Amino acid sequence: MPELSTLLAQVFTGLVLGMIYVLLAIGLSLIFGLMTVVNFAHGALFMLGAYFGVFLLTYTKSFWVALLVAPLMVGALGLLMERFLIRRLYGRSPDDPLLLTFGLSLILVEGVKVIWGKIGLTLDPPRALAGAVNLGFMSFPAYRLFLIAVTVAVLIGLYLFLGRTNIGLIIRAGSRDPLMVRALGIDLSRVWLVVFGIGTALAGLAGILAGPMRGAYAEMGVTMVIESFVVIVVGGMGSLLGAVVAGLLIGQVVGLTTLFLPKAAEIMVFVVMAVVLLVRPSGLFGEAGLLE
Amino acid sequence: MDRRTFLATTAAGAAALSFPAILRAQSKDPLRIGCPLPLTGPFAALAADMQRGAQLAEAELNARGGVMGRKVEVLFRDDQLKPAVGAQRTKELIENDKCAFIVGGLAAHVQMAINEQTKKSKVLYVSTSQSDEISAKPDTSSITFHEALNPTITCRVMGKWAAENLGKKWWIIYADYAWGKQCNNVLQESLKKAGGTLLGATPYPLGSAEFSAHLPKIQAAKPDVLMNVAPGADNIALHKQVISFGMKKDMKIAQPLLWISYLKEGGTELYQDVHGAINWYWELQDSIPTAKKFVEASMKKFNLPPGDYGAYSYSGVLEVARGAELAKSTDGEAVAAALRKNPTYDHFKGKQWWRACDNKSFQDLWIVKGRDKAKGDWGLMDIVTKVSANEEYDRSCGEKGFA
Repeated sequence: MPELSTLLAQVFTGLVLGMIYVLLAIGLSLIFGLMTVVNFAHGALFMLGAYFGVFLLTYTKSFWVALLVAPLMVGALGLLMERFLIRRLYGRSPDDPLLLTFGLSLILVEGVKVIWGKIGLTLDPPRALAGAVNLGFMSFPAYRLFLIAVTVAVLIGLYLFLGRTNIGLIIRAGSRDPLMVRALGIDLSRVWLVVFGIGTALAGLAGILAGPMRGAYAEMGVTMVIESFVVIVVGGMGSLLGAVVAGLLIGQVVGLTTLFLPKAAEIMVFVVMAVVLLVRPSGLFGEAGLLE
Repeated sequence: MDRRTFLATTAAGAAALSFPAILRAQSKDPLRIGCPLPLTGPFAALAADMQRGAQLAEAELNARGGVMGRKVEVLFRDDQLKPAVGAQRTKELIENDKCAFIVGGLAAHVQMAINEQTKKSKVLYVSTSQSDEISAKPDTSSITFHEALNPTITCRVMGKWAAENLGKKWWIIYADYAWGKQCNNVLQESLKKAGGTLLGATPYPLGSAEFSAHLPKIQAAKPDVLMNVAPGADNIALHKQVISFGMKKDMKIAQPLLWISYLKEGGTELYQDVHGAINWYWELQDSIPTAKKFVEASMKKFNLPPGDYGAYSYSGVLEVARGAELAKSTDGEAVAAALRKNPTYDHFKGKQWWRACDNKSFQDLWIVKGRDKAKGDWGLMDIVTKVSANEEYDRSCGEKGFA
């Protein structure tokens, strides 16, 4: 049995890891929840966020500018994807956008290799966040603490946007009953464009934020997409609250299994997913609507 | 075409005409060597290095008139790091493209699949990446040669050196697949032999980029040495996270192997003072004549020095050529017998030799460490010491199943 301080350190690390999972999964969850599009290109857009981040950092020398602009660039690409490709597939079987976005992800990954080369790039955290902070029971990266702040800010922002603004009201109504919303004279295609743009921008944000922890390389989206899918399936497809709870849960599962039985850490995540699906087939918060 | 390229082309043309050997080389069927490599996927950077190495060998052989008067052609195929694809590409290289030899493979499981095909077709295979099984029974054969180091040699050498020089209390993080597991076992044995203590050894799934859950208990255990047995992009992610947790100042970081491709990718801040073994590093050109020739050829053709894995494929291609010329044949068994009869060679790193029982190449290796400041673009490592080739670092012929 490990000492209490080690256990505390492990639980805390797992908590922060869980918040990172939430950040990775949130954009995917948003797009699925509101548009029922399974965006398989999410991982590739995540990777692009990191590469755009490196690119911007090289030219502007400012991590903060890169952090702001890289997600906007990815979001802009998301807008183009929705407007010219995905929009044509609404009303068809959900497999069609899934295949389309899967194909797009292959193109993006290969495209990045053509432009930036097959060798990965590194992205350094800003100097102010580079070191470790002594928390008393362990030393912990300042950068990961900063990520928690960003994740909380994103969640509050999304909550206010969807829950308190007019466009948020239209988005929620559109996801419940698109036909009725259209009958009220609202152009839903524009709303979905916005949602897709926000969802992809969040993928880009997660990408540039992951860069300083994991590096930037063309295949970095592959594991990320798996992690994100586990989180949103456990939480309930499309539920933001579910993504938060599931992200934190998976963080603890990974943390504690790594402490006690490291060989099982990877499989345990899927065991949790299987158990949740057996007990609640639509995930922990699957039936509940948005942010309820 | 500007004046410079025009002059270069005509000069090359004139040179070709004046060397009858080259003309002879082109008058017969070319000698084809097949080279399956994971040109796409997570090991793409290493595979690109290996492709350049084989191309340099091809150019060198043709410049001296080919092999037995035949022009040499190296054919590259993408095995996608998948055993089934590697087997299929190898079969096509042998049956459709009529390759007389196969040189290549990166990652143990793909090499095993390639080896099954070459054994079936009785084509000599030089394997160019780490594997213990490829040169041991029951997988190996009389026409399977292994040019690279293997986990046993690498981790015995690095384990002993690290225990004697860096510290005796260790933690090992290893990728949970063949190379990682074998290396972990050998490292633990070496540490024990050196009188050290293992504080912990944790596996992680290969291809993972998230190590934070491993780090609190390593911090709490306070090892002298953290052994990073993570290949590819994982290696970089682990270094990044260890540094961000403020652990690098409290312990020495070592790994069984350093790869120049990943030092280049990760940068000096990540790898400074990280110790590891390596099969070859281009700055050895200062002391080894064949290394100098190899580096110069690479600078001329690609404007970058060859890497550690490119050196394996370069040497592998030159070795099948040497074997064919010795045997005056491309028959697998005949060439294999000729190489075993004349086992010593030196293409890029000083003397190497094939051990007769298992066709394993024995060679020097070096302990290196990451520099805090790069010298130029590629001067990324300091050479700490040389470890001379010694058959005792590998398992004995008996242990590998040869009676």
